[in-house]
Amino acid sequence: MPKVRPALDAPERREGAQAAIFSLKDVQVAYGGVPAVENVTFELVKNEITAFIGPSGCGKSTLLRCLNRMNDLIPSASVSGQVLYHDQDLYAPDIDPVQVRKRIGMVFQKPNPFPKSIYENIAFGPRVLGMKGDMDEIVESALRKGALWDEVKDRLKTNAFGMSGGQQQRLCIARTMAVEPDVILMDEPCSALDPISTGAIEELMLELKRNYSIVIVTHNMQQAARVSDRTAFYNVDKLEEGKRVGKLVEFAPTEKIFTAPDDKRTEEYVTGKFG
Amino acid sequence: MAVTETTITRKVVERASSGARTKDLLFRAALLLCLFVAVLFLGVLLVDVAIDGIPLITPEFITNFPSRLFAEESGIRPALIGTLYLMVLCAAFIVPIGVAAAIYLEEFADARRWWNRIIEVNIQNLASVPSVVYGILGLAFIVRGPIDIWGLGKGSPTLLAGALTLGLLVLPVVIIVSREAIRAVPPSIREGALALGATKWQTIWKMVLPGALAGIATGVILALSRAIGETAPLILVGAIAFRLTDPTIDGQFSALPIAIFQAAGEPRPEFQILAAGAIVVLLAVLLLMNSAAIYLRNRYEQKW
Repeated sequence: MPKVRPALDAPERREGAQAAIFSLKDVQVAYGGVPAVENVTFELVKNEITAFIGPSGCGKSTLLRCLNRMNDLIPSASVSGQVLYHDQDLYAPDIDPVQVRKRIGMVFQKPNPFPKSIYENIAFGPRVLGMKGDMDEIVESALRKGALWDEVKDRLKTNAFGMSGGQQQRLCIARTMAVEPDVILMDEPCSALDPISTGAIEELMLELKRNYSIVIVTHNMQQAARVSDRTAFYNVDKLEEGKRVGKLVEFAPTEKIFTAPDDKRTEEYVTGKFG
Repeated sequence: MAVTETTITRKVVERASSGARTKDLLFRAALLLCLFVAVLFLGVLLVDVAIDGIPLITPEFITNFPSRLFAEESGIRPALIGTLYLMVLCAAFIVPIGVAAAIYLEEFADARRWWNRIIEVNIQNLASVPSVVYGILGLAFIVRGPIDIWGLGKGSPTLLAGALTLGLLVLPVVIIVSREAIRAVPPSIREGALALGATKWQTIWKMVLPGALAGIATGVILALSRAIGETAPLILVGAIAFRLTDPTIDGQFSALPIAIFQAAGEPRPEFQILAAGAIVVLLAVLLLMNSAAIYLRNRYEQKW
């Protein structure tokens, strides 16, 4: 089992599949000046699935959204600390959030297909990015990556709203694949799905990790244990006057988190004592 | 044991008292009566106008110019054409400005800033300003103002001035309905597009606006149907009833409400009755527009 890396180790010193894609140092996200999550320091490794777990309100989704600057959409949100993506500061003033989201895709909690045909759902991304190539091929390849091609190849022109929830979520994953990102962020992608659809998506994630790096927020500890290579456990610190702030408690290989965590709170959470 | 259970059941679910039921019935009857009064007046008006007006509707009535001498030869051609012109010009004016303003307020304006809040409150208030006030505004700033300066109207009231005045009148309504239609597009659609690397503009243009289109179109049509029924502002910006040539954009003009207003003020009864004919035509145009709005809403409205 790989050792937990010290967070400040320079990523360029490592090579191949073990290179760090994200390196966070003392990151804090605040809404309207009130910190929602703070003291986050870790590195994410290429071609791995990293799971964020923790009780509600611990800031795991907030943190996920700061990895592709989706928090920019909330005017009151502010990020401090350092978020390095391939050694590039994502919050440097000359970084265009649109370019960031092109490289770092996102799949949301509730499937959010566009009110268009299945084909157009996939083609939207490549079109707005001006990607070259045969659109039919791009669509087919994305749907294959999303493990959806065989189910929908005969009804590409039908409205995506007619698909089941699980299919819609796989369509959203396929849509993200179509723009060829480097990292896929998933914010509780299975929370609105039945167990069979959830199984299909977990299988898909294991397949995708060969070519992509994945970060998944999940409420489901079994899911984190099944799919992820590393797990970050966040917890809520209750401050005075009822204020709460999320903190990263432990970040380690998934097996260690679930069998021999260093922190007592991690152990209590993964064994179901709270949360 | 069984006795106790029955007692409990009776206590838990008491029968409604007859007094409560009577109150309920009375209330329903009162509601029905109110509805009946409203529908009755509308019905009487429609039937009365139809009885007087429909026999007047002949091809000549539609295509003839108005006459001061022979009521049976008098027609509404310039008024009808004027109304159609006003509608098209007004739409060309309010759609781009109204939708753009709605996009700004919904997608860009930071509601925490005081100036955006002032704009918002003002638009709500402008929507309820009486139309005659807009007429004065149009007279002062459009008939005598910029349009005159541009030399289009040569100092006289023009159809373009009338269309712009009506446009100002319904612009707040268009902004409000467009904002509602834009707000009805769920944030998750915007997030989905942005997460794929689309720019804000691409997201608005390709996702938000198509999703809001049916709502915007419905609102614009309803706003236009209010605009073409307005009389006061047109009187103030100088529309005339007796126009003996087809209207032009930069010339004097007539409109259906003006023709109705003029005919109703005639002392001679055979001319007075012409108002009913013009009313039937105006109502037909309005009904057509409202049906188009309902059709558009049912056919293209996006269910999320």
